[in-house]
Amino acid sequence: MENLLAGAEMLARWDVIVALFIGSIGGVIIGAIPGVGPAVAIAILLPATFSLDPIVGLTMLLGIYGSSMYGGAIPAVLINTPGTAVNALTSYDGYPMTQRGEAHRAVSLAYSASFWGGIFGILCLILLSPVLALIAPMFGSREIFLAALLGIILVILAHRGQIFAAGLLAMFGIFLQTIGLDAVTYTQRYTFGYSFLSSGVNLIVVVLGLFALSQAFYLLTAPDDSPDAKPVKGRMTVGFKELLKHKRVATVASGFGVILGMIPGTGEFTAQFMSYTYAQKTSKNPEAFGKGSPEGLIASEAANNAVPAAAMIPLLALGIPGEALTAMMLSVFYVHNVIPGPQLFQNNLDLVYGLYLALILLNIIVMVFLLFSTNLLTKIIRVPTRFLGVIVLILSFVGVYSLRNSLTDCMIAAGFGVLGLILKRLNLPIVPIILGMVLGGIMEIKLRSAMPRLKTPFDMIDRPISFILFLMILLVLALHIRTLIKEYRAHQTDEDHNLHDSQMR
Amino acid sequence: MSRVKTLQALFKRYRRPGDIVFAWVLLAVSLFLLSQLFDQTVYKKGAKLFAQPRFWPAVSLTLMSAFAAFHVIGSLLSERIDGRWREVLLWCSSLEYAAWFIGYAMLVPYTGYLPTTVVFAVALVFRAGYRSRTALLSAVGCALVIVLLFKTFLQVKLPSGAIYEYLPDGLRMIMLTYF
Repeated sequence: MENLLAGAEMLARWDVIVALFIGSIGGVIIGAIPGVGPAVAIAILLPATFSLDPIVGLTMLLGIYGSSMYGGAIPAVLINTPGTAVNALTSYDGYPMTQRGEAHRAVSLAYSASFWGGIFGILCLILLSPVLALIAPMFGSREIFLAALLGIILVILAHRGQIFAAGLLAMFGIFLQTIGLDAVTYTQRYTFGYSFLSSGVNLIVVVLGLFALSQAFYLLTAPDDSPDAKPVKGRMTVGFKELLKHKRVATVASGFGVILGMIPGTGEFTAQFMSYTYAQKTSKNPEAFGKGSPEGLIASEAANNAVPAAAMIPLLALGIPGEALTAMMLSVFYVHNVIPGPQLFQNNLDLVYGLYLALILLNIIVMVFLLFSTNLLTKIIRVPTRFLGVIVLILSFVGVYSLRNSLTDCMIAAGFGVLGLILKRLNLPIVPIILGMVLGGIMEIKLRSAMPRLKTPFDMIDRPISFILFLMILLVLALHIRTLIKEYRAHQTDEDHNLHDSQMR
Repeated sequence: MSRVKTLQALFKRYRRPGDIVFAWVLLAVSLFLLSQLFDQTVYKKGAKLFAQPRFWPAVSLTLMSAFAAFHVIGSLLSERIDGRWREVLLWCSSLEYAAWFIGYAMLVPYTGYLPTTVVFAVALVFRAGYRSRTALLSAVGCALVIVLLFKTFLQVKLPSGAIYEYLPDGLRMIMLTYF
């Protein structure tokens, strides 16, 4: 309770409140514009927040992270183009509703389901905190190493149909973080004699290149387009009443969001997909799915909005990010000298509670904002795509250059921008590179620090948590092999892999 | 026959044009990097295997090469999609915008953040195909807002232009600090 009050006190500052407003409202707008998404926005704003107080910078970025999916539902419903990659399934049922002339019903249902999912996720986070505070200290070097290893394996296996590419990119990420001067032995690794490589490849430069610059290149090289959304008429509160009729679907979907959000590498899309399938299987009206079913819309929106809060669990408790946005958030924590991990729950519990409260506040702010400004947003999303590309390019410069005022960084970022463009064009995932870099670094450090205490390889798994993690790794691999054999025997036809549109906007 | 087909189906992915070019290039890059392992990393005598500076580059590059090889096999076994080289040309066309970006970054320390950003925004919007007065004015507006937001208000670390040194005294200080 004391910590909760301390957390509230932390937020009761004008600059934090302003940051929360800018973050949450900015996040909705960014999420609503097809072509830019939270990843681009967070990447660009990361260096700009370095000079701010930790709690101010963190709440602003958290605001963008938590609110973008609300905004992303608007174009998904109105023009059949998801604003962010994770709103893909929302368009399946949202757009048919718009075509039937029920746009305001669809939009308000999406908002209320998102709100339900968001609040559900945060409540789970708050309720789980005491358990986390208890378990987190049991995580030593070897446990964190194994958890990071599990994260890498899951990231690769989660990209069904693209496992080789995902594996290749994850390994590339792990390799990237080894470049430069080795921190322990002070020997050069893959610097090829260039002094600028001695300090290594900066994660934020890579993130800016892969997410922001690549998106600018993507927009600039594609034909110009201007999304045209019609204004929405009708009361926005209507969705809440309808949501209450589908409490079960909303709650189960949020549950999926929380569980899959906690597991590194799976994230919003899988959560959305599973809860959508669940809703369809248990619905009285399954044939309406894909043709404007309110249950389908609720399932997908509640699931994806429950993820951000849940994704904070491994991030805060263990310092292990589960997807690209939390990987970026991790670097924000580091820059502000807040080291996520077991100690955070022991020493900075007030900050943790402060972040929870910020998450609740942002959901409320966004909800109120959306009730009044949906039609304003339909005007904003009409920005022509190539124009947007120019703006993203100019903003990316602020992000890359303000980091260290280095032209080399700009060149490296441009290089990664081209790589990111190629990956986006090929529909290959970018996330494994980022997670490979972050988790690879964690694995290297933790394995080294675990070494002195290990006499035999079995010492690695002789503690309860490490043993459980080891079993989980075996289980995940076994399940994957089982699926492969099943597919091989069943002569299954390929699924629609376009559904797994891995572009992180 | 059907068994062969299913085995192929296991390797098959839903691809887009140009996938095989990307697959071969990445395989070549991985193999090149792996071949440099002994040159570019050292082996510390006495240190344990897992603590070797060579350990993680070796693990990641070996696995990267293996995955890249499987990726190539997957691409080879899948049906050919038309438009491969058109796609590669599009990738190359993005180099132009990368050059714009680097050129912009090179100019800012000399010509100043505000003027360079405005000129760059207008020129790039023109290059992107917009000719209307509204689009060009919007580009100027957006450039101004970005400069005011990041440099003037947030005081983000961006260089002041060498060109500002030629301005009269009072104006020079203002431009150096805020624009």
